[in-house]
Amino acid sequence: MRETTTKPAADTLAIRRVRRADIADVIALDERITGLAKPDYWHDVFARYGERRLGERFFLVAEASEPRDDERILGFIVGEVRAWEFGSAPCGWVFALSVLPGARLRGIGQMLLDAISEEFKKANVTKMRTMVARDNRLHLLFFRGEGMMAGPYIQLEKELD
Amino acid sequence: MKLQVASRLAIFALLELAARRDQQVSVAEIGEKYGVSTHHLAKVMHALGRAGLVHSVRGAGGGCQFTGNARRVTLLHVIELFEKRDSEDSGKDAPGHGTNEGRALREVLGEIDGIAQATLGSITIATMLKLVDRHRGGGRRPAASVAAAER
Repeated sequence: MRETTTKPAADTLAIRRVRRADIADVIALDERITGLAKPDYWHDVFARYGERRLGERFFLVAEASEPRDDERILGFIVGEVRAWEFGSAPCGWVFALSVLPGARLRGIGQMLLDAISEEFKKANVTKMRTMVARDNRLHLLFFRGEGMMAGPYIQLEKELD
Repeated sequence: MKLQVASRLAIFALLELAARRDQQVSVAEIGEKYGVSTHHLAKVMHALGRAGLVHSVRGAGGGCQFTGNARRVTLLHVIELFEKRDSEDSGKDAPGHGTNEGRALREVLGEIDGIAQATLGSITIATMLKLVDRHRGGGRRPAASVAAAER
Protein backbone atom coordinates (compact mmCIF):
# COMPACT_ATOMS: atom_id res chain seq x y z
CA MET A 1 0.00 0.00 0.00
CA ARG A 2 2.39 2.71 -1.14
CA GLU A 3 1.32 6.29 -1.41
CA THR A 4 0.20 7.98 -4.61
CA THR A 5 1.65 11.37 -5.34
CA THR A 6 -0.86 14.16 -4.86
CA LYS A 7 -0.50 16.97 -7.39
CA PRO A 8 -1.76 20.42 -6.50
CA ALA A 9 -4.68 21.31 -8.74
CA ALA A 10 -5.13 24.97 -7.81
CA ASP A 11 -3.36 26.36 -10.87
CA THR A 12 -5.12 24.07 -13.33
CA LEU A 13 -8.74 24.68 -12.43
CA ALA A 14 -11.22 27.20 -11.09
CA ILE A 15 -13.95 26.71 -8.53
CA ARG A 16 -17.02 28.76 -9.40
CA ARG A 17 -20.80 28.72 -9.21
CA VAL A 18 -22.57 26.41 -11.63
CA ARG A 19 -24.02 27.77 -14.88
CA ARG A 20 -26.84 26.37 -16.95
CA ALA A 21 -24.33 25.32 -19.63
CA ASP A 22 -22.56 23.08 -17.06
CA ILE A 23 -25.56 20.90 -16.29
CA ALA A 24 -25.03 18.46 -19.17
CA ASP A 25 -21.48 17.85 -17.86
CA VAL A 26 -22.78 17.46 -14.30
CA ILE A 27 -25.36 14.91 -15.46
CA ALA A 28 -22.69 12.99 -17.40
CA LEU A 29 -20.27 13.04 -14.45
CA ASP A 30 -22.94 11.82 -12.04
CA GLU A 31 -24.03 9.08 -14.47
CA ARG A 32 -20.44 7.92 -14.85
CA ILE A 33 -20.07 7.55 -11.09
CA THR A 34 -23.50 6.26 -10.09
CA GLY A 35 -24.36 4.40 -13.30
CA LEU A 36 -27.71 6.16 -13.43
CA ALA A 37 -28.61 9.19 -15.57
CA LYS A 38 -30.88 11.61 -13.68
CA PRO A 39 -31.40 14.60 -15.99
CA ASP A 40 -34.71 15.69 -14.41
CA TYR A 41 -33.18 15.61 -10.94
CA TRP A 42 -30.13 17.69 -11.93
CA HIS A 43 -32.17 20.27 -13.85
CA ASP A 44 -34.35 20.61 -10.76
CA VAL A 45 -31.27 20.92 -8.50
CA PHE A 46 -29.93 23.62 -10.81
CA ALA A 47 -33.23 25.52 -10.66
CA ARG A 48 -33.28 25.35 -6.85
CA TYR A 49 -29.58 25.66 -5.99
CA GLY A 50 -28.08 27.40 -9.00
CA GLU A 51 -30.62 30.16 -9.45
CA ARG A 52 -32.51 30.82 -6.20
CA ARG A 53 -31.61 31.96 -2.67
CA LEU A 54 -27.95 32.09 -3.64
CA GLY A 55 -26.92 33.52 -0.28
CA GLU A 56 -27.68 30.21 1.40
CA ARG A 57 -27.61 27.67 -1.45
CA PHE A 58 -24.37 26.73 -3.15
CA PHE A 59 -23.85 24.65 -6.28
CA LEU A 60 -20.17 24.90 -7.19
CA VAL A 61 -18.18 23.26 -9.97
CA ALA A 62 -14.47 22.66 -10.56
CA GLU A 63 -13.68 23.68 -14.13
CA ALA A 64 -10.44 22.63 -15.84
CA SER A 65 -8.52 25.53 -17.36
CA GLU A 66 -7.14 23.21 -20.07
CA PRO A 67 -9.72 20.44 -20.52
CA ARG A 68 -8.57 17.04 -21.72
CA ASP A 69 -10.89 14.72 -23.66
CA ASP A 70 -13.66 17.33 -23.42
CA GLU A 71 -13.71 16.87 -19.65
CA ARG A 72 -14.32 20.48 -18.67
CA ILE A 73 -16.20 19.95 -15.39
CA LEU A 74 -13.99 17.83 -13.13
CA GLY A 75 -16.20 17.88 -10.06
CA PHE A 76 -19.05 19.55 -8.27
CA ILE A 77 -20.43 20.12 -4.79
CA VAL A 78 -23.91 21.12 -3.68
CA GLY A 79 -25.03 22.29 -0.27
CA GLU A 80 -27.15 24.75 1.62
CA VAL A 81 -27.70 26.37 4.97
CA ARG A 82 -30.53 24.64 6.81
CA ALA A 83 -32.03 25.93 10.01
CA TRP A 84 -34.03 24.37 12.81
CA GLU A 85 -34.56 20.98 11.19
CA PHE A 86 -34.45 18.33 13.91
CA GLY A 87 -33.99 21.17 16.39
CA SER A 88 -30.62 22.09 14.91
CA ALA A 89 -29.33 25.67 14.84
CA PRO A 90 -28.44 26.89 11.32
CA CYS A 91 -25.66 24.83 9.78
CA GLY A 92 -24.26 24.03 6.34
CA TRP A 93 -25.30 20.75 4.75
CA VAL A 94 -23.34 19.17 1.90
CA PHE A 95 -25.55 16.73 0.04
CA ALA A 96 -23.62 16.07 -3.16
CA LEU A 97 -19.91 15.90 -3.95
CA SER A 98 -18.40 14.19 -6.97
CA VAL A 99 -15.03 14.24 -8.71
CA LEU A 100 -14.27 12.56 -12.04
CA PRO A 101 -12.43 9.30 -11.35
CA GLY A 102 -9.54 10.32 -13.63
CA ALA A 103 -9.14 13.63 -11.82
CA ARG A 104 -9.00 12.24 -8.28
CA LEU A 105 -6.01 12.44 -5.89
CA ARG A 106 -5.30 15.99 -7.10
CA GLY A 107 -7.01 17.77 -4.23
CA ILE A 108 -10.13 18.74 -6.23
CA GLY A 109 -12.58 17.34 -3.65
CA GLN A 110 -10.72 19.22 -0.94
CA MET A 111 -10.83 22.46 -2.95
CA LEU A 112 -14.59 22.07 -3.51
CA LEU A 113 -15.17 21.38 0.17
CA ASP A 114 -12.98 24.35 1.17
CA ALA A 115 -14.88 26.58 -1.25
CA ILE A 116 -18.31 25.64 0.07
CA SER A 117 -16.99 25.96 3.65
CA GLU A 118 -16.07 29.57 2.87
CA GLU A 119 -19.55 30.18 1.49
CA PHE A 120 -21.10 28.70 4.63
CA LYS A 121 -18.91 30.94 6.78
CA LYS A 122 -20.00 33.99 4.77
CA ALA A 123 -23.58 32.90 5.49
CA ASN A 124 -22.71 33.03 9.21
CA VAL A 125 -22.80 29.34 10.01
CA THR A 126 -19.99 27.71 11.92
CA LYS A 127 -20.74 24.05 11.39
CA MET A 128 -20.94 21.83 8.33
CA ARG A 129 -22.65 18.43 8.07
CA THR A 130 -23.05 15.68 5.55
CA MET A 131 -24.34 12.12 5.49
CA VAL A 132 -22.38 9.14 4.18
CA ALA A 133 -23.42 5.52 3.74
CA ARG A 134 -21.57 3.34 6.27
CA ASP A 135 -20.24 1.14 3.50
CA ASN A 136 -19.10 4.01 1.29
CA ARG A 137 -15.48 3.73 2.29
CA LEU A 138 -14.17 6.24 -0.25
CA HIS A 139 -16.46 9.04 0.85
CA LEU A 140 -15.98 8.23 4.53
CA LEU A 141 -12.19 8.33 4.15
CA PHE A 142 -12.41 11.65 2.31
CA PHE A 143 -14.66 13.43 4.81
CA ARG A 144 -12.76 11.99 7.78
CA GLY A 145 -9.52 13.18 6.20
CA GLU A 146 -11.05 16.64 6.03
CA GLY A 147 -11.57 16.60 9.78
CA MET A 148 -15.25 15.65 9.92
CA MET A 149 -16.33 13.64 12.95
CA ALA A 150 -19.60 11.96 13.92
CA GLY A 151 -22.27 14.52 14.72
CA PRO A 152 -24.83 14.50 17.53
CA TYR A 153 -27.63 12.94 15.46
CA ILE A 154 -28.41 9.31 14.66
CA GLN A 155 -30.23 8.58 11.44
CA LEU A 156 -33.15 6.17 11.90
CA GLU A 157 -35.34 4.40 9.36
CA LYS A 158 -37.89 1.59 9.05
CA GLU A 159 -39.45 -0.50 6.37
CA LEU A 160 -43.02 0.62 5.63
CA ASP A 161 -45.23 -2.46 5.56
CA MET B 1 -15.46 0.94 23.61
CA LYS B 2 -12.18 -0.55 24.77
CA LEU B 3 -9.21 -1.71 22.75
CA GLN B 4 -6.79 -4.41 23.75
CA VAL B 5 -3.40 -3.12 24.88
CA ALA B 6 -1.64 -4.53 21.80
CA SER B 7 -4.01 -2.64 19.48
CA ARG B 8 -3.47 0.62 21.35
CA LEU B 9 0.29 0.19 21.28
CA ALA B 10 0.24 -0.66 17.58
CA ILE B 11 -1.74 2.51 16.80
CA PHE B 12 0.58 4.65 18.92
CA ALA B 13 3.67 3.11 17.34
CA LEU B 14 2.36 3.67 13.81
CA LEU B 15 1.54 7.29 14.65
CA GLU B 16 5.06 7.85 15.95
CA LEU B 17 6.65 6.24 12.90
CA ALA B 18 4.33 7.85 10.33
CA ALA B 19 4.97 11.29 11.79
CA ARG B 20 8.71 10.77 11.24
CA ARG B 21 8.78 8.51 8.26
CA ASP B 22 12.21 9.62 7.08
CA GLN B 23 13.76 8.55 10.38
CA GLN B 24 14.62 5.31 12.10
CA VAL B 25 12.79 5.39 15.42
CA SER B 26 13.83 3.06 18.23
CA VAL B 27 11.34 0.82 20.00
CA ALA B 28 12.79 2.01 23.30
CA GLU B 29 11.92 5.62 22.49
CA ILE B 30 8.31 4.73 21.68
CA GLY B 31 8.08 2.52 24.78
CA GLU B 32 9.31 5.33 26.97
CA LYS B 33 6.75 7.81 25.66
CA TYR B 34 3.79 5.47 26.23
CA GLY B 35 5.11 3.86 29.42
CA VAL B 36 5.40 0.28 28.17
CA SER B 37 8.24 -2.21 28.17
CA THR B 38 10.42 -2.65 25.09
CA HIS B 39 9.72 -6.36 25.30
CA HIS B 40 5.95 -5.87 25.05
CA LEU B 41 6.30 -3.33 22.25
CA ALA B 42 8.72 -5.54 20.31
CA LYS B 43 6.01 -8.20 19.95
CA VAL B 44 3.63 -5.59 18.59
CA MET B 45 6.27 -4.28 16.16
CA HIS B 46 6.91 -7.80 14.98
CA ALA B 47 3.22 -8.21 14.10
CA LEU B 48 3.22 -4.83 12.32
CA GLY B 49 6.31 -5.94 10.40
CA ARG B 50 4.59 -9.15 9.31
CA ALA B 51 1.67 -7.03 8.08
CA GLY B 52 4.05 -4.94 5.95
CA LEU B 53 3.41 -1.75 7.89
CA VAL B 54 6.80 -1.44 9.56
CA HIS B 55 10.37 -2.20 8.51
CA SER B 56 13.01 -2.76 11.17
CA VAL B 57 16.74 -2.29 10.82
CA ARG B 58 18.93 -3.94 13.46
CA GLY B 59 22.15 -2.63 14.93
CA ALA B 60 23.66 0.76 15.63
CA GLY B 61 21.66 3.53 13.98
CA GLY B 62 18.87 1.07 13.36
CA GLY B 63 15.24 1.33 14.33
CA CYS B 64 11.80 1.10 12.80
CA GLN B 65 10.21 2.89 9.86
CA PHE B 66 6.63 3.12 8.68
CA THR B 67 6.29 1.49 5.28
CA GLY B 68 2.51 1.66 4.76
CA ASN B 69 0.30 4.24 3.10
CA ALA B 70 -0.77 6.62 5.87
CA ARG B 71 -3.77 7.72 3.80
CA ARG B 72 -5.04 4.18 3.33
CA VAL B 73 -4.15 2.26 6.49
CA THR B 74 -7.09 2.60 8.87
CA LEU B 75 -7.49 1.95 12.57
CA LEU B 76 -9.62 -1.08 11.63
CA HIS B 77 -6.73 -2.57 9.63
CA VAL B 78 -4.46 -2.22 12.66
CA ILE B 79 -6.96 -3.45 15.24
CA GLU B 80 -7.81 -6.51 13.17
CA LEU B 81 -4.19 -7.59 13.33
CA PHE B 82 -4.58 -8.04 17.07
CA GLU B 83 -8.26 -8.59 17.83
CA LYS B 84 -11.01 -10.81 16.60
CA ARG B 85 -14.08 -8.77 15.74
CA ASP B 86 -17.08 -9.47 17.93
CA SER B 87 -19.29 -10.19 14.93
CA GLU B 88 -17.04 -13.07 13.89
CA ASP B 89 -18.02 -15.13 16.91
CA SER B 90 -21.23 -13.41 17.87
CA GLY B 91 -22.26 -15.87 20.51
CA LYS B 92 -23.07 -18.99 18.51
CA ASP B 93 -22.57 -20.95 21.71
CA ALA B 94 -24.19 -18.30 23.90
CA PRO B 95 -27.45 -19.18 25.67
CA GLY B 96 -30.51 -18.26 23.62
CA HIS B 97 -28.59 -17.86 20.35
CA GLY B 98 -31.27 -19.60 18.26
CA THR B 99 -34.28 -17.92 19.87
CA ASN B 100 -36.17 -14.92 18.51
CA GLU B 101 -34.96 -12.98 21.55
CA GLY B 102 -31.39 -13.97 20.68
CA ARG B 103 -31.88 -12.85 17.08
CA ALA B 104 -33.38 -9.53 18.22
CA LEU B 105 -30.43 -8.94 20.53
CA ARG B 106 -28.00 -9.79 17.71
CA GLU B 107 -29.73 -7.23 15.48
CA VAL B 108 -29.14 -4.49 18.05
CA LEU B 109 -25.56 -5.55 18.72
CA GLY B 110 -24.99 -5.78 14.96
CA GLU B 111 -26.06 -2.16 14.61
CA ILE B 112 -23.51 -1.09 17.20
CA ASP B 113 -20.84 -3.24 15.55
CA GLY B 114 -21.62 -1.76 12.13
CA ILE B 115 -21.23 1.80 13.39
CA ALA B 116 -17.98 0.95 15.20
CA GLN B 117 -16.55 -0.67 12.09
CA ALA B 118 -17.56 2.24 9.85
CA THR B 119 -15.83 4.63 12.25
CA LEU B 120 -12.65 2.61 12.70
CA GLY B 121 -12.53 1.78 9.01
CA SER B 122 -12.69 5.43 7.98
CA ILE B 123 -9.99 6.86 10.24
CA THR B 124 -6.59 6.54 8.61
CA ILE B 125 -3.19 7.04 10.18
CA ALA B 126 -2.97 10.37 8.31
CA THR B 127 -6.33 11.46 9.73
CA MET B 128 -5.21 10.42 13.21
CA LEU B 129 -2.09 12.59 12.84
CA LYS B 130 -4.34 15.54 12.01
CA LEU B 131 -6.41 14.80 15.13
CA VAL B 132 -3.23 14.62 17.20
CA ASP B 133 -2.23 18.01 15.84
CA ARG B 134 -5.66 19.38 16.72
CA HIS B 135 -5.22 18.18 20.31
CA ARG B 136 -1.81 19.82 20.31
CA GLY B 137 -3.60 23.06 19.55
CA GLY B 138 -2.84 23.14 15.84
CA GLY B 139 -5.23 24.22 13.12
CA ARG B 140 -7.29 22.20 10.67
CA ARG B 141 -4.67 22.06 7.95
CA PRO B 142 -1.92 19.42 8.07
CA ALA B 143 1.09 20.26 10.17
CA ALA B 144 4.60 19.20 9.22
CA SER B 145 4.17 15.74 10.70
CA VAL B 146 1.08 15.06 8.60
CA ALA B 147 2.74 16.37 5.46
CA ALA B 148 5.61 13.98 6.13
CA ALA B 149 3.25 11.05 6.53
CA GLU B 150 1.43 11.89 3.31
CA ARG B 151 4.54 12.10 1.14
